[in-house]
Amino acid sequence: MIKTDIIIIGAGPVGLFTVFEAGLLKLRCHLIDSLPIPGGQCAEIYPKKPIYDIPGYPSILAGDLVDNLMTQIKPFKPSFTLGETATHIERNDEGKFIVTTKQGTKHEAPVVAIAGGLGVFIPRKPPIFNIKEFENKGVAYIVKDPEIYRNKNIVISGGGDSALDWALFFANNFSKKVTLIHRSQSFRAHLDSVQQAMNMAEKGKINLILDAEVIGLDGNNKLEKITVKNKSQEEIAIDSDYWLPLFGLTPKLGPIANWGLEIEKNAIVVNNATDYSTNIDGVYAIGDVNTYPGKLKLILCGFHEATIMVQAAFKKIHPNKNNVLKYTTVSGVNGFD
Amino acid sequence: MENNFVKITVTDRLGKEHNLDAPTDMNMNLMELCKSYELPVEGTCGGMAMCASCQVYIESNHVSLKRSEDEQAMLDEAWNVQDNSRLGCQIKLTPQINGLKVKLAPEIAADEDW
Repeated sequence: MIKTDIIIIGAGPVGLFTVFEAGLLKLRCHLIDSLPIPGGQCAEIYPKKPIYDIPGYPSILAGDLVDNLMTQIKPFKPSFTLGETATHIERNDEGKFIVTTKQGTKHEAPVVAIAGGLGVFIPRKPPIFNIKEFENKGVAYIVKDPEIYRNKNIVISGGGDSALDWALFFANNFSKKVTLIHRSQSFRAHLDSVQQAMNMAEKGKINLILDAEVIGLDGNNKLEKITVKNKSQEEIAIDSDYWLPLFGLTPKLGPIANWGLEIEKNAIVVNNATDYSTNIDGVYAIGDVNTYPGKLKLILCGFHEATIMVQAAFKKIHPNKNNVLKYTTVSGVNGFD
Repeated sequence: MENNFVKITVTDRLGKEHNLDAPTDMNMNLMELCKSYELPVEGTCGGMAMCASCQVYIESNHVSLKRSEDEQAMLDEAWNVQDNSRLGCQIKLTPQINGLKVKLAPEIAADEDW
């Protein structure tokens, strides 16, 4: 059981900044995120894109903002459960919250701050009618354990970094045969990886099929064959042990929708007049995941919400302590030992 | 005042037509217009041509079907793409598109096995 003062669900910019504001009040934080890296959308969707409305930064790349936030919160020693989705919340006998992830990791704290952004990032699923039949029987949307692909025939679809990186990885390492299928002639992935993939295709190490897409799956209780259709509408069957459609991730609100929180338009209703509290006492929602009259889904608004919220969290955690607002310029930043 | 609006018809996924007044002086795009009328368009990436959740089918000849490089790359990885597919976020609301008709593409399916 991981014990802390505030469990923050979502390690995007707002969740990360919460650690700083909580730290100033001597509150410790633990962050849970379904992505394997901190940064949320900034890291997953647009790390190389500039943001122009972070006060004091005329322009900052989203990835750099995340790096800066990680540096800023370092003194407060946040801990992380990454790559795991928070699925359940309950209260124990002491009134503390227990948040459990899908993998079963348990966390305990008197306060929960949901900074879940647009929700859980989950793989996009190609619209092939019988795809479900082959999930975990040859079709996988993410590579969990590369080892299972050793000496197998694998087909990868997609034109982004994830598709290219894995195609290169498997072709360079241990798969029997790697086929990469993309619907176009050009790729969105880094030029370097594209060049490498082209080189390997020339050497016959990757079977590159462009201007084509997978349209059918076949097999007896497990994937055996895929059907590929090319631009001239020809259909080709390819023997395949595994198909990895790697078309990126899309966010869905996910399990928190079933936690008994008041939800409106896919967001958690909070009291913005006070402290961004939800209808569950001790659970707060900040950043893009919440809604209230006049809500703006901006990082800078989330920072404000986090700052107000931790003051309320402090009172909840230390009902008998009086707190006074301190200025970092005067007091400095005194981290945890 | 009135001159700064154009009419756009959006057919939602249930086949219902919505006649929208689209301001041309707000630096808005079609994805944002749909969101402002609370039509079911996600616009997850905020308009960077990086998610395809605002894919539409152009059903009148008010908008060029020519896609930008980023837009094409994104559509190359999207589904239900047709010759008349565009990303709503890449269509600016300008006086030239008065009378435009579009249809929302199906929602993106995802692996909801949390």
